[in-house]
Amino acid sequence: MNTLTAKNTDTLMEPRAIRKTKPESAISIKNLNVHAGSHHILNNINLEIPKNKVTVLLGPSGCGKTTLLKSLNKLTDLYKELDVSGSVFIGKDDILNSNHNIPALRQKMGLLSQKPYPLPVSIFKNVAYGLKLKGVKDKKLIAYNVEQKLKEVGLWEEVKDRLHSSADSLSIGQQQRLCLARGLAVKPQIILADEPTSALDPVSSKIIEERFRELKKYYTIVIVTHILRQAQRLADNVVFMHYGKIIEQGTPEAVLKNPQSSQLKEYLVDGF
Amino acid sequence: MLTALVLILLFPLLIGVALLFKSIPLLNADSIVNLLFSDNWAPNSGKFGFWPFIFSSLYVTVLSFIFSAPLCLLAAIYLTEFASARLIRIMHPVIDILAGIPSVIYGMWGILVIVPFVGDYLAPVFGLNSSGYSILAGGIVLAIMCIPYMLNMLIETFKSVPYGLKEAGFSLGATHWETIKHIVIRKSRPGIISAFGLGMAKAFGETLAVMMVVGNIARITGNPFEAGYPLPALIANNYGEMLSIPLYDSALMFAALVLFVVVLLINLVFRYLIIASNPAKV
Repeated sequence: MNTLTAKNTDTLMEPRAIRKTKPESAISIKNLNVHAGSHHILNNINLEIPKNKVTVLLGPSGCGKTTLLKSLNKLTDLYKELDVSGSVFIGKDDILNSNHNIPALRQKMGLLSQKPYPLPVSIFKNVAYGLKLKGVKDKKLIAYNVEQKLKEVGLWEEVKDRLHSSADSLSIGQQQRLCLARGLAVKPQIILADEPTSALDPVSSKIIEERFRELKKYYTIVIVTHILRQAQRLADNVVFMHYGKIIEQGTPEAVLKNPQSSQLKEYLVDGF
Repeated sequence: MLTALVLILLFPLLIGVALLFKSIPLLNADSIVNLLFSDNWAPNSGKFGFWPFIFSSLYVTVLSFIFSAPLCLLAAIYLTEFASARLIRIMHPVIDILAGIPSVIYGMWGILVIVPFVGDYLAPVFGLNSSGYSILAGGIVLAIMCIPYMLNMLIETFKSVPYGLKEAGFSLGATHWETIKHIVIRKSRPGIISAFGLGMAKAFGETLAVMMVVGNIARITGNPFEAGYPLPALIANNYGEMLSIPLYDSALMFAALVLFVVVLLINLVFRYLIIASNPAKV
């Protein structure tokens, strides 16, 4: 018995030791290319996005950050002019080439876009929508989840008395937090955020950023941002892009404090 | 500029007042309820019951709406959500050309194609005998005439739904169809209603093409294979012809007033529906 236990412990220990040196990836991008007509938007992207860390995609406008983010949950489907090739693995499933249930794969990722887009329904239904799509019918369970998620993003106290009024009646900052709650309600493993604070006032931006700092304990987060200070505050891993290519990546200390490429050096000078 | 604006705003009012003024002799001769809801149309003996005309107008309008609205809705969804960019580029001029065809051509085409189709093929399927000149033929021709207007407006409406909203639907795990059903259509509701309203108002007021295929017999019938006589056709057929009959002139003015008021009512009802359906109100 003892020897068996020892063997089991050994086999359990081994992968853990490997994980320490090489962090597990939540998303693994292989040879991703995106064209829009003759324009090569993403040029052979290979990238590992570490699990339960914040990865910040940084770069000048038009460098392909947003397209990269949208490729991760195959939102590129919506844009007929885009031609996408390569692979994006979410766990074992390649979302770009999978015959798997794409909506179910997308539910593993919550999206927060630049501007909040509340659904044209009530505050309550906004958060409940994803659950309904998942087939949850139990009204008590839905109501419980709506309350929990609204609390998680710090919106509950502000809206608990008007859950059934239109989501459009909220301020932009509140709407953005509602969209975050809506995304969290489907229990994703990953949060994709495309400049989530760029349309917000400083106070709302601060609230959203604080939420991210909380959320990074439980979720893998990928954020596109222009704001270098935000990148420094939030990032565990920084990816710098330029004209559709990844130029540098690493910890914020390594990338932002000690840039190697001329493009990044130039960007950091202009950016600060 | 202000004068021009005031003039534009005053026009409908002036038209309404003029029609009302001209209708007074008839209104003095009979009660308005009788005029609107009596089916006794015998101008020679001074009986002016407009119900057969109002009924025919409503009937062809409703038929045309039933034929065109679902078709336009589905076509607009297909064009904005699924079709290739090339197809949309081809469809735009086609729709514009359809809207620009004079109504007399639609009428001719109705006589050449729709009337024989209804009389020789469709009516026998139901075991009925019809000349083809019928409410149904009027409804079909009207539906085809309304399509470009409704379709154009619906396409614009669906196109104006932000990509961000659709992305939100997709990212929450909705399929493309669920995103269209729950988000795109819901967000577009005011636009859809106003497109439908425009189509209906146009159908109700359309004169020439309908007049050419509808048969023009004043009677009330539920059978769409029989002839009808819509209000605009009554006015266009008889104005200038029958004015020797006492009160006929005033009767036609009253018919025009009814037409005017109904189109106004359709607009008001749809305006109300647009406000009531505003997604902001949930």
